Amino acid sequence: AQETQLFSLVPAVRNPQKSSDLPVSSSSTSLPMFRNKTFSVRRRFSDFLGLYEKMSVKSSLHGCVIPPPPEKSVMGMTKVKVGKDDPSSAEFLERRRAALERYLQRVVCHPLLLQDPDVREFLEKEELPRAVNTQALSGAGFLKMINKASDAVNKMTIKMNESDTWFEDKLQEVESEEQQLRKLHAVVDSLVNHRKELCGNTAVFAKSMAMLGNSEDNTALSRALSQLAEVEDKMEQLHQEQAASDFFIFAELLADYIRLLGAVRGCFDQRMRAWQRWQEAQSTLQKKREAEAKLLWANKPDKLQQAKEEITEWEAKVTQYERDFDRIGVTVRKEVLRFEEEKAKDFKGQIVKYLESMLQSQQRLIKFWEAFLPEAKAIA
Amino acid sequence: MTSALDESDKEKTRSVSVDLNNDASLLIDIPDALCERDKVKFTVHTKTTLSAFQKPEFSVPRQHEDFIWLHDTLVETEDYAGLIIPPAPPKPDFESPREKMHKLGEGEATMTKEEYNKMKQELEAEYLAVFKKTVQVHEIFLQRLSSHAILSKDRNFQIFLEYDQDLSVRRKNAKEMFGGFFKNMVKTADEVIISGIKEVDDFFEQEKTFLLDYYSKIKDSTAKAEKMTRSHKNVADDYIHISATLNTLSADDSTKVEGRVASDQELKLTELLRYYMRDIQAAKDLLYRRARALADYEHSNKALDKARLKSKDVPQAEEHQQQCLQKFDKLSESGKRELTSFKGRRVVAFRKNLIEMAELEIKHAKNNVTLLQGCIDLLKSN
Repeated sequence: AQETQLFSLVPAVRNPQKSSDLPVSSSSTSLPMFRNKTFSVRRRFSDFLGLYEKMSVKSSLHGCVIPPPPEKSVMGMTKVKVGKDDPSSAEFLERRRAALERYLQRVVCHPLLLQDPDVREFLEKEELPRAVNTQALSGAGFLKMINKASDAVNKMTIKMNESDTWFEDKLQEVESEEQQLRKLHAVVDSLVNHRKELCGNTAVFAKSMAMLGNSEDNTALSRALSQLAEVEDKMEQLHQEQAASDFFIFAELLADYIRLLGAVRGCFDQRMRAWQRWQEAQSTLQKKREAEAKLLWANKPDKLQQAKEEITEWEAKVTQYERDFDRIGVTVRKEVLRFEEEKAKDFKGQIVKYLESMLQSQQRLIKFWEAFLPEAKAIA
Repeated sequence: MTSALDESDKEKTRSVSVDLNNDASLLIDIPDALCERDKVKFTVHTKTTLSAFQKPEFSVPRQHEDFIWLHDTLVETEDYAGLIIPPAPPKPDFESPREKMHKLGEGEATMTKEEYNKMKQELEAEYLAVFKKTVQVHEIFLQRLSSHAILSKDRNFQIFLEYDQDLSVRRKNAKEMFGGFFKNMVKTADEVIISGIKEVDDFFEQEKTFLLDYYSKIKDSTAKAEKMTRSHKNVADDYIHISATLNTLSADDSTKVEGRVASDQELKLTELLRYYMRDIQAAKDLLYRRARALADYEHSNKALDKARLKSKDVPQAEEHQQQCLQKFDKLSESGKRELTSFKGRRVVAFRKNLIEMAELEIKHAKNNVTLLQGCIDLLKSN
């Protein structure tokens, strides 16, 4: 069932012609619940954040791993607005576009989210009202938000006594994995930068070789050196493409999952808060019962009636909250398993893609040098 | 003493010069070397049929400073003014791997055992590469001398090869070293002068133009090649960290591919460029000496004219003029020979090096392709 859903709705995000325009979200689908087979709408960046906001507060989605939206980068966006037409702002736009696209793809991959009316509205509706309450997301960023909530949970006075260690163990796993990914991401970041440096140095070297070739008075050697300069130029191109690969396939994958793991932690926190609410309700109920007992002693019949009503009310709440807690526990377990499956598939897919890009790069490298070899042999 | 590396191995590593060490009458090699802290002790091994030497085969220990002494004495020998003196081998420089080893030691706590071991292995390989390179460069220096018709007969060269005591007594003391340094400084200033001297010979005019231009270009290329090689090494190091961390995550452990690619081939090209930059400097020095001789000759002419005018000390002036002319002619003749053979040598060396480099690139890339394909297949089949 999971497989068919993957292909039944394919969202894509296109960057507009002018940087001042809004990105376009296009989707193609075969699902009957949508009006058309393909449809495109214009969406602001804040709309994407708004979608997350809407989903994150729904009680029906409590315990679910809701994909976090891309980070809002103040500096990058300012550069684009100023109208700077340099490669770094083009790169920034591409980075954002790809991130928005991955975000939507993850959202529609989730069976519950796909059914969600807000998601459908986002994909289909012509005009969306401006999203509000996105400060938490755009300002401090997603992970800071999660961590703040986590701290609040950890400060609670009553500690849960887990009969089933699954939750504790799993949370620890998630936390340690997040640490490892952070470390890996830092190294991949370093790789991207070093490769960009290599790009620059190779280009400079190629020019220098060309100059040397011009100076060389032996004709055959001169030609060979010029050819070498051309090969190095091609190498620069290869390095450039590989750096893009390093970044868009590898680094961004890691960055996404660091935040996704944050979202997973968020689910565990939600479960904790559900438990807290249940415990607090139980203690409130206890207090109400004690109050009732006091009133019985004091013999105040009308107040007693009210007390009895309150007890009934809180007994219902306790039952409700206990049920909520159990339900959220079940959801979290299911979600974590689903997430882990997705993650394994995602990682495998991306790593294969990355290795394939490296493979192609090496094959092209072979062609370049094989073409150069006869030139070198021709030197006399 | 038996040779530790076999000939074919050495042929492969020797990429900057060809056709050396072919004359059986005098064969020199450096079969091994020892690294003690900062000092490298080379074992210089000689096999000869020449009667000038006491024994047919012998070995002596030598330090880098001994090579410098030999080079400098040759440069200062008046008789060799018309020759291109092979450039002195550079001082062994273990600074880079040593610094990295130090940094690695400091960062040991932050990485896994496996990562640390991999990095250590890489550093040890780098250390070994520097070591091999310095041995090679010292060896080539000696072999250039032994292959040269005139220089191979130099008395100091023979002492260097044969004298089984410590050479430090004969080496420069601090004062002399200062003198050498000062001489170098003056030379640079004179360079400005010699470019101004009117050249009488077309061959030398062309050579001067060519060498000055080529020198600046090759110096630039050497620096850029070094930068590029270092960048590539950084990328390779990153891959080691990545593969180590991926191992910990047990997601994948196949990204070791780019590790070895960097060092070998680009290092070769950088080394070639660096060697010929120094060689061209040596050729330039020859031109300088000749220009000096020309300047001296012109001065002696002027002095002779003056003497004739005053009718004073004419015979001395005449003799001095004759000497200058002779010296200049001798320099020009041998200089022409040297520069022509230098040209040929350079072209041949470049050819060999470029071919080897291209072949290595292809070989490594093919290895990578196989490795990558293997990983992809493995992942897809799971």
